[in-house]
Amino acid sequence: MFERMVQSSASWLSGEGPQSMIVLSSRIRLARNIAEFKFPPSADTDTRDRIVEYVHSAFERAGLLESGDFYRSADITPIDQSFLVERHLISPDFMKDGSGRGLYINNDGRLSVMVNEEDHIRLQVLSPGLSMTECWEQAFRVDRNLCSAMEFAFDGSFGYLTACPTNVGTGLRASILIHLPGLVLTREIDNVIARISKVGLVVRGFYGEGTDVMGNLFQISNQTTLGRSEEEIIDSLAKVTQQIIEYETNSQETLMKDAPDQIEDKVWRSYGILLHARVLTSGEVMNLLSALRLGISLNLIDKVSIDKINHLLIITQPAHLQKYYNREMDPTERDMVRAELVREALRE
Amino acid sequence: MLCQDCNKREANIHLTQIINNEKVVLNLCRICAEKRGFHSPFEQMPFPLAEFVTGMLGPGKAKSAGRSAKSDKQEIRCNSCGLTFSEFGKIGRLGCAACYDAFRTELTDILRKIHGSAEHRGHRATAPTEAIRPVKEELRLRDELKKAIEEENFEAAAKLRDRIRELSSKQRGEKSNV
Repeated sequence: MFERMVQSSASWLSGEGPQSMIVLSSRIRLARNIAEFKFPPSADTDTRDRIVEYVHSAFERAGLLESGDFYRSADITPIDQSFLVERHLISPDFMKDGSGRGLYINNDGRLSVMVNEEDHIRLQVLSPGLSMTECWEQAFRVDRNLCSAMEFAFDGSFGYLTACPTNVGTGLRASILIHLPGLVLTREIDNVIARISKVGLVVRGFYGEGTDVMGNLFQISNQTTLGRSEEEIIDSLAKVTQQIIEYETNSQETLMKDAPDQIEDKVWRSYGILLHARVLTSGEVMNLLSALRLGISLNLIDKVSIDKINHLLIITQPAHLQKYYNREMDPTERDMVRAELVREALRE
Repeated sequence: MLCQDCNKREANIHLTQIINNEKVVLNLCRICAEKRGFHSPFEQMPFPLAEFVTGMLGPGKAKSAGRSAKSDKQEIRCNSCGLTFSEFGKIGRLGCAACYDAFRTELTDILRKIHGSAEHRGHRATAPTEAIRPVKEELRLRDELKKAIEEENFEAAAKLRDRIRELSSKQRGEKSNV
């Protein structure tokens, strides 16, 4: 399953959108429930199966099956699950107990709907770069369409009702995936995070040992879903993101002013390792690609495109490698195959 | 530094999150991080707000909130799915849409704490088109069919099956006319 997707890049990570040097992608997620069923965490397998069939028939009426595929839990193997998580099309917990779930993915892989995750419906739209509004427009269109095909749980005061009260109201989570190497290297990142959190947004980033590990990637999203309109939530995230882009650009300029030789060395050294290494872990690839992305942003290197960096970020993940080569591999073999794949991609 | 969850393995994942102006730092080993749902930075990260809700309520707090709304002995319960307010306090998830009615007073309070508001200001759900009526009817019939089979009432089951077949062929017919 999903062979066609394995062969192609993720179109929401095409490197084409606005500000795509710094913002990798934008995402809108809507949580919806169907009025007459228990929420998935309380529903037994039998009820969950009925919900899946109900949603399937609603999708048919809404005409969605003509532009995408609908899968049931039994169609999706464990390796497919990891693959879909790596593609950002399902959440890691989605298939935890393996049954009574449904999944819809449209033909360009930008729209996906999880059936029976924490809510009956988790609709998500992904798009490259900073493109919140485009994401929202598409999500809203599908939402209106579904609204006419099934009765959503909606309350006059509380809005759309969700299993967890943190999602109630709009059911909207807007988020961006952003690359902030300048702020991490200049150690300004903690200040920026503190400032962002004061305006109702959540920032998540992973730090390993040292300062610049794990790809310098951060996810920023709205924290609250009730009390503001969808447009207000999206607008505030987009505005703050613009500001962060400015901070990041300033930090990169500072780096080039204070330590140009070290930065240039870091970029070219990373390129050298990617081009020649025989063993690469996924964490290492992520960090090296982060340095390359910084190098492109600073006009220090023109041997690689942003598009290729994004593509490598996706396909060097463990399940992608195994789907691509169509066999199971242990971590040691994956590290060798990954290095080979990266070498080939950079020589193309 | 040792992992704060298992206190055995070296912590090699250091996660900083800021929720409601409070900085939360987690130092975890890879195994415990995965247990908590953190996989790789490139994945969509799980949202720990549900834990925030249960933390805010706490089992004890939920109980007392439930009591204050009703008499001391009787705990409020959703009539539709049977969830009690203190159970909700433990799991942080509601059972069904009707829970919002059953716990309206308590939830209004909680929602204000989480979101700073308890009033939806976004788009509103529109009424579904008439086309979904036969679907709901079909759902009802399928429930009846299941019950009939369980009770080994095969005559009733056969009739129900016919009606379901009729309904779905009618729907298909309507669809092809569109």
